[in-house]
Amino acid sequence: MEVTLNWYLMLSAILFVIGVLGVLFRRNVIVIFMSVELMLNAVNLTLVALAQHMGDTTGQILVFFVISVAAAEAAVGLAIIIAIFRNQQTVDVTEINLFKY
Amino acid sequence: MAAQILFFLLATVAIAAGLGMLLSRNPVGSALWLVLNLFCIAGLYLTLNAEFIAVVQILVYAGAIMVLFLFVIMLLNLDVLPEIKDIEWKKVFGFTLGMGVLGLLSFVVASSLDILPNEISARRAAEVGSATSLGEVLFTQYALPLEVIGILLLAATIGAVMLAKRKPV
Repeated sequence: MEVTLNWYLMLSAILFVIGVLGVLFRRNVIVIFMSVELMLNAVNLTLVALAQHMGDTTGQILVFFVISVAAAEAAVGLAIIIAIFRNQQTVDVTEINLFKY
Repeated sequence: MAAQILFFLLATVAIAAGLGMLLSRNPVGSALWLVLNLFCIAGLYLTLNAEFIAVVQILVYAGAIMVLFLFVIMLLNLDVLPEIKDIEWKKVFGFTLGMGVLGLLSFVVASSLDILPNEISARRAAEVGSATSLGEVLFTQYALPLEVIGILLLAATIGAVMLAKRKPV
């Protein structure tokens, strides 16, 4: 029994689902944001595992770009959270419903 | 045998840390669990011979992004959100949806067993993840996307400053 590609793929599937559940269950918008980061990481793990398996560098280049975009996304997203908090004094997504009605 | 033990150790801690992030009531606790998770994923990258990506993961994710998260949590001085009576069907629906996604993903992994390409040789495998080979491709074939990413990061920095700046009254 050796460590095969499927183990890595299953592990990233589980981590991705934990991220999905975090987005669905949590009310704190910062924790929702962290769950999105976890999902990005799960996909990165898939990409690295497949790139390694196929001996192709392109997958790891893609991971590099995903990490860069995640950094940009985190910066802008957290700035938006600060702006919302300044107006609404809350990070509860059930209270941030300006566009709902 | 050592490789399996290492994989299982890292995988178990990664999943446990993910669950810790999901279940922790305190946002700071969630962030710290996520840092542990990111370190485990960096370790898994090392088991896949992807040294460069592993180092970038620790530097950018565990270093920069999570510090930013903790900084914002401290800045907003967040307490644990008050418990509200959540609508029960919402949680049931969310759980069903999550398990559905898990089922779908594992079905795809299980059904693609025979179409996966063959494993490459160990020598070639060690070459793929090194900083040298990544840098060669990154600065020749993917030079333009690299520049575009630089501009994107600049735009994100300026955008974040503009968004978080206190508006003049």
